[in-house]
Amino acid sequence: MFIIGECINGMSLKIASAISQRDKKIIQKYALDQVSCGADTLDLNCGPASPKPLVDMAWLVETVQEVTEKPLCLDSSNPKVIEEGLKASQNKTIINSTTADPEKLDILVALAKQYKSKLIGIAINAKGIPQNIDQRVELAATIVAYCQQNKFPVEDLYLDPIVLPINVAQAQMKDILSAIFEFKSISQPSPKTIIGLSNISQGSSVRSLINRTFLTMAVANGLDSAILNSKDKALMDTLITAELILNKNIFCDSYLEAYRKK
Amino acid sequence: METQLVLDKWPGVISTVVIGAKKEESGSRSNIVTIGGQSSLPLLFKEGAIPNKPRVAFEVWDIVPQDWHNELLSAYGEEINDPLGWAQKCVNEFKAEILYVRMQGAHPDFGDRSPEDSAKFISTLLDKVKVPLIITGSGDNTKDNLVMPLVSEAAKNERCIIGSAVQDNYKTIVASVLADGHSIIAESPIDINIAKQLNILISDMGLPLERIVMDPTIGALGYGLEYAYSIMERARLAALSGDKTLASPFICFVGQEAWRAKEAKGSIEQGIMWETITASSFIQSGADLLVMRHPKAIEKVSNFIETLFRG
Repeated sequence: MFIIGECINGMSLKIASAISQRDKKIIQKYALDQVSCGADTLDLNCGPASPKPLVDMAWLVETVQEVTEKPLCLDSSNPKVIEEGLKASQNKTIINSTTADPEKLDILVALAKQYKSKLIGIAINAKGIPQNIDQRVELAATIVAYCQQNKFPVEDLYLDPIVLPINVAQAQMKDILSAIFEFKSISQPSPKTIIGLSNISQGSSVRSLINRTFLTMAVANGLDSAILNSKDKALMDTLITAELILNKNIFCDSYLEAYRKK
Repeated sequence: METQLVLDKWPGVISTVVIGAKKEESGSRSNIVTIGGQSSLPLLFKEGAIPNKPRVAFEVWDIVPQDWHNELLSAYGEEINDPLGWAQKCVNEFKAEILYVRMQGAHPDFGDRSPEDSAKFISTLLDKVKVPLIITGSGDNTKDNLVMPLVSEAAKNERCIIGSAVQDNYKTIVASVLADGHSIIAESPIDINIAKQLNILISDMGLPLERIVMDPTIGALGYGLEYAYSIMERARLAALSGDKTLASPFICFVGQEAWRAKEAKGSIEQGIMWETITASSFIQSGADLLVMRHPKAIEKVSNFIETLFRG
């Protein structure tokens, strides 16, 4: 499982204040803590309240790559902010994210090609959030077709079925899980699949348990990658165990430790 | 149209283990031997680097073996009656580049030699022969725990491979190996889960994974060879996919298994063939070190390795 650490996000007050006060130490500590807990990549999001997101994104990139060579996941709905992040990056990058709208695809697929970046595509368009599996697969197929036509490697594309909070859209959970499975057969070679995990428990009081249960089910449906809190040890243990059950790693009594030695 | 080979690219690499230390590293060996380091399945030269060939070690004991085939013993002539002379003959006449020494004489049923005398034997052997050594106990856990620390100390800084650590008896030997600068043999009973667990237990004691050589336990041709082959293949696939806890080179005790086969006991020619075929099969399943007994079988296998690696 390719793990993207979610914690450097301006939605969090601590991170927002570290960004506005240019406090490198806090950001770098968050970066290293997540990596030591198993993050392969770090998501960077300066948050909706940032008054100068272009400058903030570049600062976040520079700050984090001072302490780690891990890839950076540049997270913004504004392509200009992402471009500033790409310009500042020496580390490998993942663009987070494009929708299935042609105007977004035009800009972001071109940027991904120009900067040799991977790309997250979310199954959503200007008409709104899909309401069933067919709409999700259709939107995902739109993104895949665009990438193929524009010679962006589909193996570098991560498709997100859009995970909705369970307290809002309980009836859609089965469709979301099935979409993860269906996305893999859209093309050959297959696109990768990804979810923003914490969304599932947004607004619920039992967050960690819901997160790890959903993650287990998603992994069983073939999920390749997740944006999650790698500092949640129970979550990481569950993930490692789920992958063990799927025969992705060789069993031994100390399999949790073995995984972490990798 | 030319056929295109389908090539895999692996993210993992097998660890490199050096056997023997020369003078400049405080040892006294005249040559060193390097094994492992490959980033490809066995012999798939186009898929990744295979920097080191499999190597063959001659098996010698610290006593005259009592259960070896007579004609196997006679391959070493008179010298078989003197373990030190036997070892020297392997190096001088048969050009052995590594020796495997089994401290069988320490076994309670085979002479019960004292730890001090066993250590003295190794010190003398290190004087007489200058090739790198692989040394194991007799297989009696209680006695080995007394003997092997002294044997390890007698060979301090010579960078031997010392064995064998097993899941329920590894702490004493790991401590010695760690203190004296050797590498270790981690032995598992044809069981990949135990092999992985044992490597973790050993590395938890502070011995780096890069100083472990795995003995997966093998069977000879007709006696479970395929089973061992599949365990080794699975471990190698996991290691090359990035599982560092299984990325150790393999040592295969070919001689002891091949010569136990009833077919090998029938005639000496058949015995030599049995050992040769068993060894060459394990080269193809990823063996890095082959411990063998008959000089003729060793010669055939060494030639086979040369042919495979000629490119």
